[in-house]
Amino acid sequence: MSTPQTHILEYDIVVVGGGTAGPMAAVKAKEANPNLKVLLLEKANVKRSGAISMGMDGLNNAVVPGFATPEQYTKEITIANDGIVDQSTVYAYAQHSYATIEELDRWGVKFEKDLTGDYAMKKVHHMGTYVLPMPEGHNVKKVLYRQLKRARVAITNRVVATRLLTDENGAIAGVLGFDCRTADFYVIRAKAVILSTGAAGRLGLPASGYLMGTYENPTNAGDGYSMAFHAGAALRNLECYQINPLIKDYNGPACAYVTGPLGGFTANNKGERFIECDYWSGQMMWEFYQELQSGNGPVFLKLDHLAEETIQTIETILHGNERPSRGQFHARRGTDYRTQMIEMHISEIGFCSGHSASGVYVNSKAETSVPGLYAAGDMAAVPHNYMLGAFTYGWFAGRNAAEYVSGRELPAADAAQVEKERTRIFAPLLRDNGLPPAQVEYKLRRFVNDYLQPPKVTRRYEIALNRFAEIAEDIEQLHARNPHELMRAAEVGFIHDCAEMAARASLFRTESRWGLYHYRVDHPQRNDAEWFVHTELYKNDKGEIAHRKKEIEPYSIAIDTEEGQAYNRLRIKKDEAPEPQAA
Amino acid sequence: MPFIPTEIALRSSAPVTIDHDKCIGDKGCTVCVDVCPLDLLAIDKSTGKAYMQFDECWYCLPCQHDCPTGALKVDIPYLLR
Repeated sequence: MSTPQTHILEYDIVVVGGGTAGPMAAVKAKEANPNLKVLLLEKANVKRSGAISMGMDGLNNAVVPGFATPEQYTKEITIANDGIVDQSTVYAYAQHSYATIEELDRWGVKFEKDLTGDYAMKKVHHMGTYVLPMPEGHNVKKVLYRQLKRARVAITNRVVATRLLTDENGAIAGVLGFDCRTADFYVIRAKAVILSTGAAGRLGLPASGYLMGTYENPTNAGDGYSMAFHAGAALRNLECYQINPLIKDYNGPACAYVTGPLGGFTANNKGERFIECDYWSGQMMWEFYQELQSGNGPVFLKLDHLAEETIQTIETILHGNERPSRGQFHARRGTDYRTQMIEMHISEIGFCSGHSASGVYVNSKAETSVPGLYAAGDMAAVPHNYMLGAFTYGWFAGRNAAEYVSGRELPAADAAQVEKERTRIFAPLLRDNGLPPAQVEYKLRRFVNDYLQPPKVTRRYEIALNRFAEIAEDIEQLHARNPHELMRAAEVGFIHDCAEMAARASLFRTESRWGLYHYRVDHPQRNDAEWFVHTELYKNDKGEIAHRKKEIEPYSIAIDTEEGQAYNRLRIKKDEAPEPQAA
Repeated sequence: MPFIPTEIALRSSAPVTIDHDKCIGDKGCTVCVDVCPLDLLAIDKSTGKAYMQFDECWYCLPCQHDCPTGALKVDIPYLLR
């Protein structure tokens, strides 16, 4: 390894994370003003990075005229997220949803259409119709890459961003990071930064014990959550974890959204339906958990009652998009959808607003609470935003960041911040010996499972904080033998920050809400009188984690009491259970 | 004499394997190295062929899909298989 160099770069806008929201943000910033210098910074390679590296099999939240209105969608998500929603953010997404689909369609992303050329919408949610299949959705990354080239966005791959630079007023001044192959140090000055680094997907440890056997792309270690926190940004409702119903061991999605409209469903060990709706929500996961507790587990995805041609369609979609190695996994274990149900389990915990609501606070312009800092995608707190929400908020972030930087001077890079971070980042590489990053990560994430996995018990959470404090000392002893291990060492820091934030956010909200996501055994009831609020987590003057309540914006779309209960009635009543659908 | 810090390696079977007859890494191809999200693959300088350098596979398959000669195979990691 040659001696690491320091690179000092200057841009108008730096987008951190080139998965889904990031490329859209970069393209839209350039479209707003082609003279801007825009950099897309990526830890992996933009061609195949992020949650959709192998494409996506459908849109989970398409608001298509004729099938749903922005008002209906906003209502559904308000109810699905137990009321803790700033409707302006969800509504802004919903109003722009169709324009985003049309743009992606023009760019060459393929959506399912019926014989008349209309989008072939399917119903999966409890109330409305929002799912648009993408059986040929494997090329999304290729489409995005072409647009990045056309818009002349600068791309730097294999650089791990670790901290944000701020100026004397607390506004954004740039990004610091290092190259995971050369360990070169990067000081990237910028007028605005857009964070789109995905979920905190490496928080809990998969039951397999395999560190990288996560649902999310394991590159997404919570980098953006940690960087936003240290830059002074507020984070919201982190206790509303992401917990998913997944294929056991494989830990990938069972895809009830894909199979549901074709007749598949989630079943107990008797092959019976026990929930009315397979749309992922805390309430759905609660019923899943109850079914396991009641001795009716394991829970399965049931397809074995479907016709041969339907099964073949399902195989083509599920074994060709998103997680295509799934076919290989089933084949090796002799699982054939025709004759066997697919064993599922409850995943480890993570943060992800794309699926639940835990994220960095943003308003409907994708602005965080730090001037010049924007966030989009899974890490930005717009509940249940999914891939289409990532594209849409990426669009907002790019457009608004372009406006923000216009006429603005490039802020100075504070030398003290730069040197402090240089020392922190490179310490593991400079030690002669110490703890291997993978071992520290394993232990940290095992503690996350042992103490933070719901049901949440106060005493267990208090012990977790002690264990995490010990791990903080271990982090000071990490030893990296090469730049690759240095990347893993930096990620252990991100994971540790997220673990502590998860524990403290959960202890702050002394009620239960969002089904299994935030079930506090010591506070088992929902308490709207005190907790019909956002919880906000932020860094106080002493540099510690602090909390405050934030009022929920008055609803612009009213929810009547009867409707508001819809997601609390997911369990099928024994005598009224419908017969499994004939295919 | 103080105790000497010592490391010990854990064995692991690599889920990504290469067909050396098909791999054209020696002709300058780095497609699999480029696309791996976790940066696990490299070209072995002595053989000129790709190999799995780090055991952190997400079994996501871009390397296998994008390889121009079909020289690379991804198995599900043993612990999950």
